[in-house]
Amino acid sequence: MTMKVSRRGFLASASAAVLVLGVRPDGALAAGETDAMLNPFVKVASDGQVTGIVKHFEKGQGPATGLSTLIAEELGVSIEQITYEFAPSNPEIYANTFFGGFQGTGGSTAMANSFMQYRQAGAAARELLIKAAADAWGVDASGLKIVEGIVTGGGKTAPIGDFVAAASTMEAPADPPLTPPSEWRLIGNPDVRRLDSPIKTNGKAMFAMDLHLPNQMVAVISRAPSRGGLVAGFDDSACSEVKGFIRAATLPNKAGVAVYAEDTWAAFQARDLLSVDWDMSAAETRSSDEIKSEIMAALDEAPTYNVSKTDHAATKSAVDGAETVVEQTFYFPLLAHAPMEPLNCTIEANADGGVTLHDGCQAPTGPHMALSQIFELPMEKVRINTMLAGGSFGRRATPDADYQVEAALAFVITDRKRPVKLVWSREDDMRSGYYRPAVGHRVRVGLTGGKIVGWDHHVAGQSIMKGTAFEAMAVRDGIDHSSVEGTADGPYQIPGMFVGLTDTPKATSTLWWRSVGHTHTAYVMEVMMDQAAKAASADPVEFRLAYLSGEGDDQKRKANVLRLVAEKANWGNAPEGRYQGVAVHKSFGTYVAEIAEISGNPDDGIVIENVTCVVDCGIPVNPDVIKAQMEGGIGYGIGHVMRDQITLAGGEVEQYNFPDYEPLRISDIRGIDVHIVKSEAAPSGVGEPGTPPSAPALANAIAAASGVMVASLPMEEEGVYFA
Amino acid sequence: MKLSVNGKDREVDVEPDMPLLWVLRDELGLTGTKYGCGVAQCGACTVHMDGLAVRSCQLAVGDVTGDITTIEGLGTPDSLHAVQDAWVEHQVAQCGYCQSGQIMSAAQLLDFNDSPTDADIDAAMGGNLCRCGTYPRIRAAIKSAAQKIQEA
Repeated sequence: MTMKVSRRGFLASASAAVLVLGVRPDGALAAGETDAMLNPFVKVASDGQVTGIVKHFEKGQGPATGLSTLIAEELGVSIEQITYEFAPSNPEIYANTFFGGFQGTGGSTAMANSFMQYRQAGAAARELLIKAAADAWGVDASGLKIVEGIVTGGGKTAPIGDFVAAASTMEAPADPPLTPPSEWRLIGNPDVRRLDSPIKTNGKAMFAMDLHLPNQMVAVISRAPSRGGLVAGFDDSACSEVKGFIRAATLPNKAGVAVYAEDTWAAFQARDLLSVDWDMSAAETRSSDEIKSEIMAALDEAPTYNVSKTDHAATKSAVDGAETVVEQTFYFPLLAHAPMEPLNCTIEANADGGVTLHDGCQAPTGPHMALSQIFELPMEKVRINTMLAGGSFGRRATPDADYQVEAALAFVITDRKRPVKLVWSREDDMRSGYYRPAVGHRVRVGLTGGKIVGWDHHVAGQSIMKGTAFEAMAVRDGIDHSSVEGTADGPYQIPGMFVGLTDTPKATSTLWWRSVGHTHTAYVMEVMMDQAAKAASADPVEFRLAYLSGEGDDQKRKANVLRLVAEKANWGNAPEGRYQGVAVHKSFGTYVAEIAEISGNPDDGIVIENVTCVVDCGIPVNPDVIKAQMEGGIGYGIGHVMRDQITLAGGEVEQYNFPDYEPLRISDIRGIDVHIVKSEAAPSGVGEPGTPPSAPALANAIAAASGVMVASLPMEEEGVYFA
Repeated sequence: MKLSVNGKDREVDVEPDMPLLWVLRDELGLTGTKYGCGVAQCGACTVHMDGLAVRSCQLAVGDVTGDITTIEGLGTPDSLHAVQDAWVEHQVAQCGYCQSGQIMSAAQLLDFNDSPTDADIDAAMGGNLCRCGTYPRIRAAIKSAAQKIQEA
């Protein structure tokens, strides 16, 4: 898809007393018709109410507040004077400017790609309202400003709403002046509160799971026990015992049987009584042990791809000739995302012959195109109502729009008179899912005179992008960058570094999982750095800094967070009985260093006493949200390495629900301290970057406490227990 | 079948084995109480019955023996419960999906113990999952609410 979107062009259009500002696809400026105002970034009503139209979905990471803050800052209103709505699906207007014409949230890009766009929208609205006021008062616009929603100057004051009607007929400025950082009231202000806190505290927040359309049916799907199984037939005679059961039907792609009922409980009950015959002739049959064996066998061979574009033979000979060689093989299992809100969405028919998808929709363009094909409707007849999402961690954006397509298939085979709400149970979410791929690494580091002279690194694992709609875009020269990001491309200047990659077969669908490739690459890089430091009898922080001594900004920023975290955590001076581990990693443009401090030992139980974190994400737009994302990212990273994995037996997922996939609980980490680096660099992401350093910091602390270096995850599987 | 929910008498026409969770959500439209796991492992469905926290996904509506309070009935429209106030003060919620259950569990803890230790909080809140990892703020908010309750 090629859609040209101007970041600069804003369109003011006329309507009954609403000023709207948005991007026009051709970037041209003109006073618009009423119809053209369907897709604004900012709306100002004549009562002065300001609404931010948020193009990124809200799964807790904060864009509803963050993007609204940018508008409020420039427009001159307080954070209490702005509210938000989620944008409809329209990539011509709301594309992620980093995703080339695709509307979606991911890669920790929401703030980074919106920072200029939403400030410009707010600034353009401010300029128009001031010009309208200047015209009305017969004064010069340069003497007017908007403070807390009031136009002030020339001896007069009036609320912005008074000028909305006049402003909406004007042509928007091409390049409105932006408020300089020295005058920011809201950007960087630690007291700006999340706009969604009240509704998420009093039960009023509406997640997609909470939607109840009049006359809706609930559909649940009976799916094949393993990937690739197809419906051969079913018997639903027992289902009619369930009050509220409507009917069962095979999905057109034979991937499952849809069970329709009047309510959720009836749908679950009826599905339990459904008997399905599965054709498993083409189904997956491998076990996790076989997947691991495939990966380990691949590591024994030469890598398929040269990722670092360096001379492998030269690296091997440098390592072989070194005084000391540190070698380690790592294994990372499949992991489920398991957001608190199980996957679900609702589809209803519209009066105009189109359909609406109600969804906590992470990447609208994908399901939009898929639904357009399934329903044979033009794109404009398919609407997406983005609702709050109860977490995602990557799960709500799949290259094949899996659950939205499933809902569409369950809807398309009905008479389409009743809305269909597709609900996944927790077990569906855990078992029918897409997983963080299984990956192995083997690294040999050669040291001479306490310095690295060669780093031979082989990654073997399941690709996320290959075999998906994103392959053409994301795979270059055969290399899926998401398999190796965070190794050779990181800021460390490692002499003689070679990174190679081998793809291994998939047994499930694989998917980005909070921080994607960095989930395993940061672990390997940072555990090996510690092992190399130990071999060199060097302090782990000082050892790392030696490879971050370049003049480049990239190295300076990474070195800076590392030095700061050592200072904040009182590195090297842990109290009696406590042990520290450090890790530092750049991901998604953001630099994060963490020190885990633990007590106990692997046999009797490790206690995670504290994690100290320093983050440099450029200009910190909302410091409190940044802290929250670091806290959450640390918990997410640590929780899974402690004890989580998805395993397969005969192709079937062995885990069902939280008892056998046990996430982080409140007692697992006693404290987290987050410090934010002051920066004037462009804002970068915060949703994911807290995760990558957390697990290796813990692993390094455990090694410091006990000498046990955990190279295969989860830790409990390796005999490391937590109190 | 008759129920008392948030101080109001409600009549529902459902099978007695339907879990209270689904009665609240699908029959009464009280969607603040969440479905997270269906097997009492995540706490998202926590409500109070006669002031005691219960997992509504495991309580058949036919077995309800007391007055039910959900997140919608915890505070009043004019005045949030002290726990809810503390949740906003500490900006606890991220995605927010688990927070109704967290708040209901925390409210019960403070009903019985207005100066909980970290160990008390771990014990009372250990059954409530938060995948966003808001735990440090939950702990801080509970302590802050306890302080307010003591001062009141």
